[in-house]
Amino acid sequence: MAMINPRQKELIAKIVYYGPGLGGKTTNLKYIFDHTSPSSRGELVTLNTQGDRTLFFDVLPLNLGTIKGYKIRFQLYTVPGQVFYSESRKIILRGVDGIVFVADSQRERMDANIESIEDLQENLRQYNYSFATMPYVLQLNKRDLPTAVPADEMKKALVIKGEPVVEAIAIRGVGVMETLKEIAKQVLIHLKKEFR
Amino acid sequence: MSFLVLYSEEYEEIKNILMNLKQETNSRIALIVEKNGQPIAFAGEMDGVDTTSLGSLVAGNVAATEGLARMLGEKSFPLMFNEGSRENLHITMIGDRFILAVLFDKKTSLGLVRLRAKNAALKLERVFSKLEEKMKKEKDKLGTGENPLEDLSEEDIDKLFK
Ligand SMILES: Nc1nc2c(ncn2[C@@H]2O[C@H](COP(=O)(O)OP(=O)(O)OP(=O)(O)O)[C@@H](O)[C@H]2O)c(=O)[nH]1
Ligand SMILES: [Mg+2]
Repeated sequence: MAMINPRQKELIAKIVYYGPGLGGKTTNLKYIFDHTSPSSRGELVTLNTQGDRTLFFDVLPLNLGTIKGYKIRFQLYTVPGQVFYSESRKIILRGVDGIVFVADSQRERMDANIESIEDLQENLRQYNYSFATMPYVLQLNKRDLPTAVPADEMKKALVIKGEPVVEAIAIRGVGVMETLKEIAKQVLIHLKKEFR
Repeated sequence: MSFLVLYSEEYEEIKNILMNLKQETNSRIALIVEKNGQPIAFAGEMDGVDTTSLGSLVAGNVAATEGLARMLGEKSFPLMFNEGSRENLHITMIGDRFILAVLFDKKTSLGLVRLRAKNAALKLERVFSKLEEKMKKEKDKLGTGENPLEDLSEEDIDKLFK
């Protein structure tokens, strides 16, 4: 649920990074936090377990810059990927304007990827949000690992609606900004239509 | 409706109610967040406080508490209070979509904050209903020239990421 404030001249939208546990969602946000100037972002808040797994969510407020004098601000959230945090994932999706799905490229995580995409679709259905029109980007993460499934094979299994696909190595920042840009673009184009 | 327009007129009203609440109760910060974590408006000294993060945590807190309420067969816990050694946080629901949070210290009392926050929440609820009515009514939802994305180009987006 994007918010537009003509008085303050700002537009705020909510992006959610979704995907299986340990796929690299939090790593994406950390990289973005570390590689943007303090003036263009807020605190990175992480609600973690002791073992650094996301317990509830991470959130990073980001100022992308201005368009026609309006400050474009995105709130980046991650969900906890572990299967049993289903209720929390649903809470975080409330009011979402765009979704990045962070898939884990390792062969042994392919089932987890598929399960997580199904979980995402089910959660969106429960809110009556249309997945068909939802801005959506697929990130194939951990491309550096020896057990990474070839990208074409992953696309066959995971691409659902012709969404943009970005190959990434989030721990090194490869593909992270590109993913953010892709989702930003889709969200803005989507909102442009909505505002009319 | 997939977005919310904070029209100037209502936005000013909202800010005034917040400002009054903050002054009457002598509290530090009064803020409104949408349940999904979207910050709407705030009043008070923001130095050293990341209001956006504060807002998303308040919303997360409310969401988790509501989940608890459902599990326990309660409809909701419309009022929440967190007491610290220096700072206290008081949370009230504004209708079923917005949250009013007041951050205060020893300069004031819980009783006063509770009373005034409840009154402010009622006033705010009326303003938000007005806002929703207006959004439904206005065909040209943003007024001409007010839509920043009206002629959005690839170039505009590229510029954000240069
Ligand atoms: N080799 C490799 N490791 C990565 C990559 N991205 C993230 N990791 C590692 O994978 C682990 C999990 O990353 P997180 O970002 O915490 O994963 P998450 O998706 O937030 O996991 P949950 O919070 O449990 O949902 C960490 O040890 C990261 O360093 C990558 O591109 N390559
Ligand atoms: Mg995480």
